[in-house]
Amino acid sequence: MSGSAVLLQFLNGLAGASSLFLVAAGLSLIFGVSRIVNFAHGSLYMLGMYLAVSLSGTLGFWLSVPLAAALVAAAGLVIETTLLRRIYKAPELLQLLATFALVLIIRDAALWAWGPEDRLGPRAPGLAGAVAIAGRQFPQYDLLLICLGPAVFIALYLLLSRTRWGTRVRAASQDREMAAALGVNERRLFTAVFALGALLAGFGGASAIPREPASLQIDLAVMSDAFVVVVVGGLGSIPGAFLAALLIGEVKAFCIGLGYSELTLAIEFIVMAVVLVFRPWGLLGRPLAETRGPGTLQPPLPAPSFLLLGGLAVLLAIVPVFAGPYTIVLLTDILVFALFAASLHLLMGPGGMPSFGHAAYFGLGAYTAGLLLLRAHLPMELSLALAPLAAALGALVFGWFCVQLSGVYLAMLTLAFAQIAWSVAFQWDRLTGGSNGLIGVWPAPWLSSKQAYYYLTLVLCLGAVALLWRLIDSPFGYALRAGRDSPLRAAAIGIDVRAQQWAAFGIAGLFAGVAGALYAFSKGSISPETLSVPRSVDGLVMVLLGGVQTLSGPLWGAALFTWLEDSLSRGVEYWRAAIGAVILVLVIAFPRGIFK
Amino acid sequence: MSALEVRGLSKAYGGVQAVRDVSFSVDAGEVVALIGPNGAGKTTCFNLLNGQLRPDSGEIALAGRSVVGLRPHQVWRLGVGRTFQVTATFSSMTVRENVQVALLSHHRKLFSLGKPAGRFQVEEADALLARVGMQQQAARPCAVLAYGDLKRVELAVALANRPRLLLMDEPTAGMASDERQALMQLAAALARSERIAVLFTEHDMEVVFNFASRIIVLHGGEVIAAGAPDEVRANPRVREVYLGNA
Ligand SMILES: Nc1ncnc2c1ncn2[C@@H]1O[C@H](COP(=O)(O)OP(=O)(O)O)[C@@H](O)[C@H]1O
Ligand SMILES: [Mg+2]
Repeated sequence: MSGSAVLLQFLNGLAGASSLFLVAAGLSLIFGVSRIVNFAHGSLYMLGMYLAVSLSGTLGFWLSVPLAAALVAAAGLVIETTLLRRIYKAPELLQLLATFALVLIIRDAALWAWGPEDRLGPRAPGLAGAVAIAGRQFPQYDLLLICLGPAVFIALYLLLSRTRWGTRVRAASQDREMAAALGVNERRLFTAVFALGALLAGFGGASAIPREPASLQIDLAVMSDAFVVVVVGGLGSIPGAFLAALLIGEVKAFCIGLGYSELTLAIEFIVMAVVLVFRPWGLLGRPLAETRGPGTLQPPLPAPSFLLLGGLAVLLAIVPVFAGPYTIVLLTDILVFALFAASLHLLMGPGGMPSFGHAAYFGLGAYTAGLLLLRAHLPMELSLALAPLAAALGALVFGWFCVQLSGVYLAMLTLAFAQIAWSVAFQWDRLTGGSNGLIGVWPAPWLSSKQAYYYLTLVLCLGAVALLWRLIDSPFGYALRAGRDSPLRAAAIGIDVRAQQWAAFGIAGLFAGVAGALYAFSKGSISPETLSVPRSVDGLVMVLLGGVQTLSGPLWGAALFTWLEDSLSRGVEYWRAAIGAVILVLVIAFPRGIFK
Repeated sequence: MSALEVRGLSKAYGGVQAVRDVSFSVDAGEVVALIGPNGAGKTTCFNLLNGQLRPDSGEIALAGRSVVGLRPHQVWRLGVGRTFQVTATFSSMTVRENVQVALLSHHRKLFSLGKPAGRFQVEEADALLARVGMQQQAARPCAVLAYGDLKRVELAVALANRPRLLLMDEPTAGMASDERQALMQLAAALARSERIAVLFTEHDMEVVFNFASRIIVLHGGEVIAAGAPDEVRANPRVREVYLGNA
């Protein structure tokens, strides 16, 4: 790469960093004041893009950008006053889930309003050309974007440090009780900060349309980028977000510029890993206070009922005698997701680790099974047996980083990892078939009938669930639970809490991989959706629906959810939004947790 | 060689010098009280001793072996049990299970996938609970216990690995006066019979002067006096900053 090419890539990186900073700064501001990590922040960015594309048709580009940003801010206002305000005191997990429900709803709303095709934005009138820099052409508009990030950074800095309102925001971020005592009107402040965060996200999206088309996938892509930025920079720190946005923006630009766009995510991952190893709370962040307290009050976990599981097995074994093929297929799905949910429950329940990326291991199992069968030409039985090991390995790699953190940090990191895994599956055409996925992943001839495969699934899934229950009841499971109940006490009696959690990650990944491999062979094909973030959230909903503090709950939750999804996806066009709406209703109706 | 030897220990939180150049030692079988007003640095000292905090400078040795830089779970393996000022127990478990987990750890069974944890060493667990007078409540969930009872459970848990050094941070807070005496009686008896070095903090001066064979007085993070109870009681500086008109 010549010197001038390096300079151009560097400028390109700065332009990308500006958009990233706008999103990450909003995310950080909102978290600082309300302690809510807004998973829908990428959706607000996406909304800004679509609105600007639409509005620019009639109003022209320059007017459409501020107007789109203002409309997104208004949307933020509505979201805060109708939803978030009700859940500020709810458990962290439910807050995250509620904002994720917004992701589903906003995505389907955009699908409804703008259709599934990407929407190209206009060029910026007056800045549509290019300037010569070091003998090369560089888009004029990108120069403006480069200035936008620092300009917004300075504006935010002045707003926070020089105005009375900014002082109130900072006071609320540092000490919520004290701010309330000083008479800060919390309600209005929270609303204003959320609207400001939404404004920044909308502005970031709207101002990016000359560079990239608006698309439905951009929400999660931007969100996981913003999470990486926030984790690297430090949650709640605006200068940290700025620094990290520059870092990540440059990393992306250089990977793409050098022609290694597949490597972008891997490099991003490595940057994040290095930062986390040396500074677990990010470059400029501070540790969250509540993470190492004497512990939280946890309800007891009932002993496993293997009688129940055995009874269930017998019952399910006789179903094929009178049920049709449709029911058999549905039950196969239910069994697979019951195992998926049970493996997630190990992390969420006894492990106390809210994973928003468990589908990564499900997908890893599915893809490995498919690839071993199709590319390595291994027998189906062997592929099925080996695939979970790959999933466990993936879980151990990702999990090592995740167990360095806890709470919302951990949730963000698991989600970012899942998004990375999804992107690899989506982009690596030659290996994974890209967006088309893999086809022809059929089971061995002796398992080719739906009935035979159902029995295989029944035996493996219920067997695996029995093993998981046994494990939760074993010394390992108790030590894991001890680390959740009281990290302080656990460490003070010789338990290496992180080692325990790390092992749990590997085990949960292994069993999710079993479920994923079984799923692949039952469908005959694998698509990137298998490991998408919405699938991860499906798992969370299953576990929460059934009750995280029980053992059999995840099974019932998986059954209910899979059946519901099956019915909805047939009858309702926007069923993801419908699921999002159900989540919101549940969270608002039971803000203290669905089952206690 | 002392069971615990501390030399020049210092720790600051940002601008606050919580512990400054603290040195002392505790011998096996000895019961030593660490006293001082609130904010004197007693809890910080304990957190430094068991590896929860890393000292800015100074040396900590257990039976001659340096433990600076080790993490709490590693320090525990060297024979240090502790109780917390704000009790920390496993609230989703019963009293007996709390002790069983500590026993599992002691027997290095934390990664065992074998027989259910609830069946592990039931008698040993109950024997430990009997020592602290909690055997009647063995099957109750920890989440419902009275505060004084939680303190007792913590003591049973801390004894599970037969510690050589026992750190007790305000072990009798939340107890009635006669319960305080009984609990400290037990700790003192254990120290003598099992040759455990006991270091404890306590606000009840009657307890301190009844059970401590030596007293170390902290103030503003510094040791301002140390010695036998009578010497410390007579020390004018101690009377000024802490004991007042006691
Ligand atoms: N986590 C912390 N961060 C900042 N300062 C702390 C922290 N913990 C304790 N301190 C300060 O250190 C000093 C000693 O506190 P501590 O060891 O708890 O005293 P004691 O146990 O004797 O009451 C106090 O001034 C206290 O405010
Ligand atoms: Mg204290």
